[in-house]
This record gives sequence, C-alpha cells and structure tokens, in this order.
Amino acid sequence: MPSASLADIAFLLIIFFIVSTTMDVDTGIYRLLPQWVDNVEAPKINKRNTFVVLINKNNDIAINGEIAQVADIKDRLKEFILNPTDKVYLSEKKEEVIEGIGPFMRSQGIVSLQNDRGTDYGAYMNVQNELVKGINELRDEYAGQRFGMKMSKLSEAQQEAVKKAFPTAISEAEPQEIK
Amino acid sequence: MSKFNPDSGKKTVPDITTASLPDIMFMLLFFFMVSTTLRQNELKITTSLPFATEITKLEKKSLVSYIYVGSPRKEYSASLGTESRIQLDDNFAVVSDIRAYIAGEWEKRDEVDRQKMTVSLKADEKTKMGIINEIKTELRKAEALKINYSAKRRFVESRNN
Repeated sequence: MPSASLADIAFLLIIFFIVSTTMDVDTGIYRLLPQWVDNVEAPKINKRNTFVVLINKNNDIAINGEIAQVADIKDRLKEFILNPTDKVYLSEKKEEVIEGIGPFMRSQGIVSLQNDRGTDYGAYMNVQNELVKGINELRDEYAGQRFGMKMSKLSEAQQEAVKKAFPTAISEAEPQEIK
Repeated sequence: MSKFNPDSGKKTVPDITTASLPDIMFMLLFFFMVSTTLRQNELKITTSLPFATEITKLEKKSLVSYIYVGSPRKEYSASLGTESRIQLDDNFAVVSDIRAYIAGEWEKRDEVDRQKMTVSLKADEKTKMGIINEIKTELRKAEALKINYSAKRRFVESRNN
C-alpha cells in the first residue's frame, strides 16, 4: 500500500487543529458567595474587627476611611490579621482548637470590601487580588513557621488546617454611594 | 578498492528516508487534538479580562457555566450601544434571565456534580461594578454560590496604579 500521501493527510489535519486550537487555560479567583437571605440585618461586628476597603467611582481606595494605594492593601491586611503586638485598634484574636494544628490564636477580623456602582471591575479585581495575596502570604508564612514548608508543599489535611487558621474572610457588600 | 575509485572525491549524500515522516506528523497531530478545546460560545461582546496574580486554574470545564459581561461587538453596537451587556450561551441577556439560565445549567448536570458547579464570570475590566453586583445578587438568589472571577495572569508586578 502506498503510504506516501499519509504524511500529507496528517499534515492537513495538523493545520486544521493548529488553526482551531485555543490553548487558553481558564484561570481566575475563586470566591464563595454568601447565601441569599431576605431582609436580614447586618450582624454587629466590633469595629476593631473590620478592615473596610472602599473603592469609589473614581477607583480611589480608602482603608478604614483613610486614602490608600493598592500596594498598601496587602501589608495593611497582614498587620490587621496578625496583630503581633495586640493593638486595640487591630483585630481581636481568640484561642481556637484547629484540627492538625492545635490551639491557635485565630484572628476574628473580617475584610469588608465595598464599592460604588460606578467602580471599574478592573480596579475591583486589583483590590481583590491584593486581598487574596495578603491572605496567601499569611498562610505561606504560617506554614513555614509551623511545618517548615511552603503552603503548596503541605499535605491536603495540613493545607486545610492552615486555611482554617487564616480563612478567606472577605465580605462583599452591596454597592453604596461612596463619595 | 573504493579508496582508489576516481569517483570518491564527489561525496554522494544518501537520500533522507521519509518513511518516518507520517509517524512524526501523527504524533504532532495527536498532540494538537488532545490539547484542543473548541470554542463553544460565539462571543457577541468583547471581554478584555482583568489581570491578577493570585489566580487558580479552573478545574473540570464540564462543571463550569459562563456568564460574559462586556460591551457589544462592533456589528451589534449600532443597535445596542456600547453599554455593558450580559451574554449567556449565545445570546444577549438581561440580569433577570440569569436565574433561569442557572436553573437550566443545574438541570444539565448529574446530581453528583451539581454541588461542584461553578459559575465563571468573564467580565471586561472596564465594566462598572453596578452590573456585576446585580449579577452577584441574582446568583446568590439562584443559589449558585461558587463563582470564579475570571482573570488573566499578570507577570509584571508593577502594573498597579
């Protein structure tokens, strides 16, 4: 059987697949939305336990009421969660027993991300990204201290434990008119 | 002896055998066939996704439903303007359609997979948050709580500000 044309046929097919291939891998930031509850009052949270990030319609950022830059968010968040010197205006820590870690002084802090209806999605994502980066760094640092390894090198159970110690506590409130 | 052959000065290069060419071609072919994902949705809007560094890969494409948000493509902008629009499957949609869409997507999946269903929000970075928040509220009402803000990887750190 002559197989001289086989290469040509395969070549044609290759060209078809090269042209029709989209090699994009879908990536993004995962987030779990809160369950919808009708007319519920916002839970009362102590002011020191909230880390309020506002983005207004000009994409300006404020942390707890003060103007800030995107680059500041990550370090401010880490300081807020860790609160190493137990400052009264940073988040409160409570001892909790976490499986796989034991008693742990877990921060009660919650990030509240608020935005205006006119905020750009890109600016919002920039802030989201910084917040996630802050939490990831906290987890990495803690994993290094506790287990001597980076987060990604830990076993699944250990990763879960570290995630429990530093949860993704980001509340995405409904938009408000922010000046 | 060939050593003394007067022709030995002209080096005759033997022909390269092409017998293995089809095999090489087929190997490449299989590589491209395996890595191909044919685009399912014809996009009627343009989405230039935001950039981020802390991204994770979207696992299991069969469990993902997509919501696209962005301004209409040129051919549609004459009738629809450039204001951000939502696209579900192949059609333009409004916020109130989302619940029915999620219900439909929910129906399509096995019972086992339903809990793992993820909604990927592919929104243009210029979109205003008003529409995104409306979508999020609808998703919460439809109990599609696992979402993924679609973003591309940013390699350069200093793109902030």
